[in-house]
Amino acid sequence: MIARRSLVLFAGLFVLFTAIGWVLGAANISLLLVQSFAYALIALGLNIQWGYGGLFNFGIMGMLMLGGAAVTFISYPVNAQFWGSEGPLMLGKALLAVLAGFALVWGARHAEHIGVRGRWKTVLTILAWIVAYIIYRSQIDPAAAYIESAAGGGWIGGLGLHPLLGWAFGGVLAAGVAYVVGKVCLGLRTDYLAIATIGISEIIRALLKNMDWLTRGTLTVSPIPWPVPGPQDLQSGGVPIADSFVYARLGFLALVLIVLLVAFFLIQRAYGGPWGRMMRAIRDNYIAAASMGKNVTRRQLEVFILGSVLMGIGGAMLVSFQQIYDPSAYQPINHTFLIWVMVIVGGAGNNWGAVFGALLIYVTWMLSDPVSQWLFNGISSWSTDIGWGPIPEIQSRASQMRVFVLGVVITIALRYAPRGLIPEVVKRET
Amino acid sequence: MNELIFFFNNVIVAGVVLGSIYAVGAIGVTLIFGILRFAQFAHGDMMTMGAFIAFLLMLGCQALGISVPFLPTGFLVLPVAMVLTAIVALGLDKGFYAPLRKRGARPVTMLIASIGVTLIIQGLIRLFFGSGTSSFFETEQKQLIRIPVPLEGGTRTINFTQPQVLMVICTIVAVLALHLFLTRSRLGKAMRAMADNADLAQVSGINTKLVVRVTWVIAGSLAAMAGTMLALDVNLKPDLAFNIVLPIFAAAIVGGLGQSYGAIAGGFLIGFAETAAIFNWSVLLRPISGALPFEVPTTLAVVPTEYKLTVAFVILVVVLLWRPTGIFKGAQT
Repeated sequence: MIARRSLVLFAGLFVLFTAIGWVLGAANISLLLVQSFAYALIALGLNIQWGYGGLFNFGIMGMLMLGGAAVTFISYPVNAQFWGSEGPLMLGKALLAVLAGFALVWGARHAEHIGVRGRWKTVLTILAWIVAYIIYRSQIDPAAAYIESAAGGGWIGGLGLHPLLGWAFGGVLAAGVAYVVGKVCLGLRTDYLAIATIGISEIIRALLKNMDWLTRGTLTVSPIPWPVPGPQDLQSGGVPIADSFVYARLGFLALVLIVLLVAFFLIQRAYGGPWGRMMRAIRDNYIAAASMGKNVTRRQLEVFILGSVLMGIGGAMLVSFQQIYDPSAYQPINHTFLIWVMVIVGGAGNNWGAVFGALLIYVTWMLSDPVSQWLFNGISSWSTDIGWGPIPEIQSRASQMRVFVLGVVITIALRYAPRGLIPEVVKRET
Repeated sequence: MNELIFFFNNVIVAGVVLGSIYAVGAIGVTLIFGILRFAQFAHGDMMTMGAFIAFLLMLGCQALGISVPFLPTGFLVLPVAMVLTAIVALGLDKGFYAPLRKRGARPVTMLIASIGVTLIIQGLIRLFFGSGTSSFFETEQKQLIRIPVPLEGGTRTINFTQPQVLMVICTIVAVLALHLFLTRSRLGKAMRAMADNADLAQVSGINTKLVVRVTWVIAGSLAAMAGTMLALDVNLKPDLAFNIVLPIFAAAIVGGLGQSYGAIAGGFLIGFAETAAIFNWSVLLRPISGALPFEVPTTLAVVPTEYKLTVAFVILVVVLLWRPTGIFKGAQT
């Protein structure tokens, strides 16, 4: 029954996309499709963490930003002035300071080998953290100031490699940070994990936004190269301008779909196999699973890292496509809550549901602005006709309607389909 | 001496003001979590809505010519705004949360539903008021209070504004009233019982529906007070409280979800921590720089000003690592 319902829903989605494409044109619909499928990959990542693992990860924005930073660093052309100046040397010293700081803290945490225990060990650890922070600031502040000045080249630039490597590095970076975050936070339960992950993603955002020497901060980085030939490359190859956008975007879409299909296939196979059963057992009753000998903490960390890898790759794809990395453009509402809504409305625990939810919610989100603008213009002309005068500031008010429409969609979906539109299929032994 | 006064103005006074706002907001969040067992994300927008209702009432008062000589009109209309916001909060519960609760929805579903409510309220506020900034003090002046310090070397004054004084008084009154309500009145004891164990409370004859309604009334009125106070201190924008909903949650969690006194403690802790972390401590070291063996750097702040929001989260993560459910050992879903 769920299979039939999901077929109907996907067919409806296909009709919706075709209708939108017919109204808005091929270039716009291809843009929408690329971004929707990138978000679908991210929603799959969250589905692994929440649907399989039962983890309240509200720090998705942080992972997306890390993915974007990774692809910027890998694929943006090299900043020769930086490499020729003293910048790398100073950064190397700062890196040494970080390592020294970590060694200090590690030493303090293992101080019982030299006879320091209990309360004194805690005091020593806190002192070690403070000293490590001071050492780090003493090295990084002059390094950052130098790099940001004209002599240092403004920022560290990129490595000039292929963007696909950037996508892979996005996954790797997200995995590394997820390991640290998971070690710190996964011992917390439910709502506490949610707010802790929100906090950590806000910290990541503040760091990436203000480290001008690393990411150019509010000055943004653009243009970031595409992994497939872009519109300009096709135009110089002789393709007419209007078609070049469509073909280029379709090429990018093909790449995104390949990544999505590989990830989807692997996750579906894992769900049906012993690994998936173990994860669901831990999700449903972690005490029973632990008593059966499963290492719950390690498995939860594993699931957290796997989900974050997908989110990192998705974030890298989005930044590659938009060709601009702007840390201040990341908002929790767009990049965390939206994806949670996608998974909950689409169906948590079901990969088809996550993909469906991602496509539906993203299209709704992107289309509410023009649709409400059209609606407001209509109402405004009607009110002008009857003498009340036009509605002021239609432009900005219409763009706020996105938020309102999303809230209404969430409320209606939760009211009538609380388990999601394509809920998880729970096999029962008959 | 001047440096001490500067420190007092920028850390102590600012910390008290910020802490009061966080504390009043966090009490509402923690009460709803304790009784209804879900994180109500729409609290920030209830604060903004309360501030806008107060703004409308103030405009109405100005049109009718009602004013009191020593009180800003915003404070005059505060009780009415609190009542109206409480009514809206009851409506929100009845319309959005009660149907889900009846179906036995999981806490994460309620959290997403509260995010939906946040978005709806934000959208409506922006729709009707636009995205611009308004101020409560466009026609009347904000009264500044300057207290000169009669000690030696003190040429600067201790500065604070009249709304800030009234804000602190309101916070103290609200906290005292809540304390008396929770400990002395029968309904307050019923609330505490239900926060401890909802099923047992129902079995022993407590009217849980009434307790839920009273919780929403209290949360709504406190949200209106916090929102209006914040708008009187800075100015009124549609995303007024969305920016501080996360520090308010951090304050509630640091104190322990479900513990009202913990929320107050958490609010002030985070308020003072934020102002102390971005304060330039080298200002205090400059007068004694001759006696110090090292050179005093020009800026000695713990974090640069851009990282102000992250201070709340670093404290949150550290407290949660030390005590996984908050300082006063809060509840879980």
